[in-house]
Amino acid sequence: MTAVVSLEDVTFSYSGPKVLDRINLEISEHEFIGLVGPNAGGKSTLLKMMLGLLKPLAGKVRVLGDKPERSCTQVGYVPQYPLFSREFPITVEQTVLMGRLGVSGMFGGYRRSDREVARRVMLETEVADLSSRQLCTLSGGQLQRVLMARALACEPRILMLDEPTANIDMRIETEIFDLLKKLSSRMTIIVVSHDVGFISGYVGRVACLNRTLVCHPTAAIDGDTIRSLYEADVKMVEHHHH
Amino acid sequence: MMEFFNALWGHAFLQYALAGGLLASIGCGIVGSYVVVKRIGFLAGGISHSVLGGMGIAFFFGLSPLGGALVAAVASALLIGWVRITWREQEDTLIGTLWAVGMAIGILFISKTPGYGVNLMSYLFGNILMVSPGDLWMMAGIDLIILLTVYFCYQQFLAVSFDEEFARLRGIPVTFFYLLLLCMVAVTVVLLIQVVGLILVIALLTLPAAIAAHYVHSLGKMMLLATLLGMLFTLVGLALSYGPDLPAGATIILVAGVTYLISLFATTLQKRKVMRRQLLQAMK
Repeated sequence: MTAVVSLEDVTFSYSGPKVLDRINLEISEHEFIGLVGPNAGGKSTLLKMMLGLLKPLAGKVRVLGDKPERSCTQVGYVPQYPLFSREFPITVEQTVLMGRLGVSGMFGGYRRSDREVARRVMLETEVADLSSRQLCTLSGGQLQRVLMARALACEPRILMLDEPTANIDMRIETEIFDLLKKLSSRMTIIVVSHDVGFISGYVGRVACLNRTLVCHPTAAIDGDTIRSLYEADVKMVEHHHH
Repeated sequence: MMEFFNALWGHAFLQYALAGGLLASIGCGIVGSYVVVKRIGFLAGGISHSVLGGMGIAFFFGLSPLGGALVAAVASALLIGWVRITWREQEDTLIGTLWAVGMAIGILFISKTPGYGVNLMSYLFGNILMVSPGDLWMMAGIDLIILLTVYFCYQQFLAVSFDEEFARLRGIPVTFFYLLLLCMVAVTVVLLIQVVGLILVIALLTLPAAIAAHYVHSLGKMMLLATLLGMLFTLVGLALSYGPDLPAGATIILVAGVTYLISLFATTLQKRKVMRRQLLQAMK
């Protein structure tokens, strides 16, 4: 199988100590992979590099065989913190339609096919009922689903999510990961999380990132792995996901 | 008030003034909506004040002050935009600098220009009663350019003002559209200088759109309502100022400002009422 994302000796720093040090990682098509690690361990930075939003200091990033800033239109991205103002006068449907930009033509309005795609992904993420609502009237969990719908509207080959469940409760977290599990049969999914225990029930592989990177198949994750990653004792809780 | 409407039939200068106000409202409604939703009011203020530098230089060399204003506005818009893209954190310092330095240059050149200093006041506070048919054609031209640009790039401007990072990932040339937006702010500022002068521009650019945001919830409707409100404010302001011979620009701004405060007060009260009702229902 060919790699859809490949990182070779990637190093990065924000004008200070190295945040990422010689990272090597290959992600294959239709893989569901979790990027985990402590805060400031470089998870979001690595994701931004795969999106082409940051350039590595050294090393090579290839996404779908091309430079990330060229392949980013085939990637769906769900940010950790939405950068927009919640007060912006815009409906859910218009927000989701923005995922069609760059897929449909450059100028003029959206086509009927764009609206159909938007409709489909809103049904999939269960926000179709909210389509005419203003963003400022949504709850945190609803907003997160809208952001996922926007990313899916790109009809991406790779879906990248940065802590998609950081600000919402456990029940919705489970629902969102169930949806991701379903989506993983048709696209590659890369999800950043700080909760290795929770995501190991879903993802096929975990990349542990704390300046350097170690990969584990999820079956092999135990207390020692987590302890060495966080450099502290971690309470293990048994999870069973069905 | 009636005095104004009677005089309107008889005096061409009043008709020109009213036409100028209505034309300016179109630009200010459309571009002002972007300024409000993208929260770049301070940036627009910087552009409008730096314009005095260009006007002063043009005035000194005997060129058209409005031409100088246009060049200065676009130049400072591009400079601010470029600095924001390259070194994000220094943006507000630079805007403040450009704001003050532009005005200082303007004052120096105007003070060294032989003749009366009266013109300085009319640039600072507007001279809508002196709008000429030539100015009207220029204002209509600027409106047309703004309308066409927004018509063809509505989705792109929406994406860039909503979420720059996502727009960039969708392959939209964000830098280009951001700079284009700032240039539209710059030409709108020049459009409005005729009506209210460069000190008061920022109020007419933001108040109609901010009031519109209280009542409508899409950018397109906001532009339409802001334009209509701008037209209403210039009409009422002109009419009120005519009888007692008040400065028209300042009167227009006061009408807009008072309306904004009333609207803010009314919508806040309304929101509280709705919240209280929901709370009571939840307790039942």
